[in-house]
Amino acid sequence: MTQPAVSVAGLVKSYGDFDAVRGIDLTIDSGETFGFLGPNGAGKSTTISMLCTLITPTGGTARVAGHDVVHERDEVRRNIGLVFQDTTLDGYLSAERNLRLHAELYGIPRAVVDGRLRQVLEMVDLWDRRGSKVATFSGGMKRRLEIARGLMHSPRVLFLDEPTVGLDPQTRSSIWSYIRELKQAEDITIFLTTHYMDEAEYCDRIAIMDHGKIIALDTPAALKASVGKDRVQITTDDDAAAIAALDARFGLAATVAEGAVTFAVEQGEQFVPKLFAEFPLPIKAVNVSRPTLDDVFMSYTGKTIRDAETTTAQRGRETMQRFRGAGR
Amino acid sequence: MTATTPVAQIRVPTRTAGSELRAIKIVWQRDLIRFFNDRLRMVTSLVQPFLFLFVLGSGLSRLTQGGTGGLSLRTFLYPGILAMAVLFTAMFSAASIVWDREFGFLREMLVAPVRRSSIVVGKCLGGATVAAFQGVIVIAIAGLVDVPYAPTLILAVFGIQLLLAFTITTFGVMMAARVSQMQSFMALTQMLVLPLYFLSGSMFPASNLPTWLTVLNRIDPLTYAVDPMRRVVFDHLSLTPAVRARLDPGITWNGWRVPTLVEIGVVAVIGLIMLAVAIAEFSSTE
Repeated sequence: MTQPAVSVAGLVKSYGDFDAVRGIDLTIDSGETFGFLGPNGAGKSTTISMLCTLITPTGGTARVAGHDVVHERDEVRRNIGLVFQDTTLDGYLSAERNLRLHAELYGIPRAVVDGRLRQVLEMVDLWDRRGSKVATFSGGMKRRLEIARGLMHSPRVLFLDEPTVGLDPQTRSSIWSYIRELKQAEDITIFLTTHYMDEAEYCDRIAIMDHGKIIALDTPAALKASVGKDRVQITTDDDAAAIAALDARFGLAATVAEGAVTFAVEQGEQFVPKLFAEFPLPIKAVNVSRPTLDDVFMSYTGKTIRDAETTTAQRGRETMQRFRGAGR
Repeated sequence: MTATTPVAQIRVPTRTAGSELRAIKIVWQRDLIRFFNDRLRMVTSLVQPFLFLFVLGSGLSRLTQGGTGGLSLRTFLYPGILAMAVLFTAMFSAASIVWDREFGFLREMLVAPVRRSSIVVGKCLGGATVAAFQGVIVIAIAGLVDVPYAPTLILAVFGIQLLLAFTITTFGVMMAARVSQMQSFMALTQMLVLPLYFLSGSMFPASNLPTWLTVLNRIDPLTYAVDPMRRVVFDHLSLTPAVRARLDPGITWNGWRVPTLVEIGVVAVIGLIMLAVAIAEFSSTE
């Protein structure tokens, strides 16, 4: 297929004064696994909701599976599968009934429903549990069932909004192995959002989002190579003095991230002995790490993804306090 | 795993009247499955009608023996109870749309490539069917209050119940479009259901009432279901014309006696208007 799975130009979504998404351009090829990465509140879910026709864009255009998300809503919906952050299963019904209900809603030809049902349930290892009520399922099983349901109608693009959020690490990695198997079994494009850096590495390409904009877009390897340097973190008693000393003696720009003085250098392991020999202040701990996507995020935004979330949360709290204050 | 098996590629066909009907049917069917899985609900929603019929009916009859012209108060109340059973169950069915929103399932239905109207119609029909089924249970106890099991009576009562159930469910669904929390919805229904019931004249003949009560009675849509229901039941009882005229005076608009078919038409039109509003509301939400 030569047609891109997703193509987006100048996509904007505003809520009153607040711009949740501020102009996104994007093309995703058919068969790609594409990851949207960024802290909570960066605009990932808003973007995905626009692509899934759940909310109407304020500006710009988006085509999914060759159809416009505003003018050909049903065509888009017919060609996409959706797995939301929150479960949308009927807990009172069995797993099988949930899928059959989906088949009816999507008008899947009756002759193929049984075969497809078995296929998708086997894919996520839930065929044996098809008769059980969904309410008795664990969080991981529910997520797997939702993925199976999203695949029932053979969508061309599968949207996974935070597919592993709220799951324990083991379940997370098992969900990922299902997604990888799925890629081999089906001709499908996967579009997912995550705020776990390690998960983004499973993607063919990644867009990093912050404050409603895409700030970087490339393969995980290329993004990491663009950082090039290792990350060194040191713990000292006086962070301000340490930053000043790093600048004065080594010409390094350091910041405080996750409670430690952090900077990037080439060949970090070889730099550490030099650091210990020449640094004027006592160093309590040191940590050197290869570039990760977290560093990519940091090199583009000046903060780690966790710090970004803390400030977002703080902003939220402050807003709430202002609200309460105004109410009094 | 299944990587070796050939992939059944499915192309969802474009929307047709048939696919909309399938969607309506499955939404309707889901309500039925859930109702029959929930035996407790079948029992609990009958508690209140039975309380009114047997406890209130038996207790108050000690005060009203002269007033009913020899007719047992329970028998007099029975047509109203036929409406009440439907009223409660239909409201409860509509509440399930609020549950569906809270538990996320509503989203699965709203993102499907079908018209919103199909979802709303399926939901209203589902609620109506479930409520009418509950009504059948109340029809079944007719013998206990000395009402004969005549086929024409059963059919006519069931028909009115079905229509009433549809209108009430539609009313509930229309409200559910605006209310996102179960608690608020329950509070709202509590606030509406009993006044609707009391004002409808299901517990008293709707004539010679104080003006304010007459006005409220004529506004209450339930009035136009209870009155025909009473006429159908009383047609099968042997009552003297005087007693019949006092207990079943009919509904008048400014002195004009409203015919049964017009009353039924009122219930149907109100139902259809509210259905249109409900569809519009659900279509305008994201």
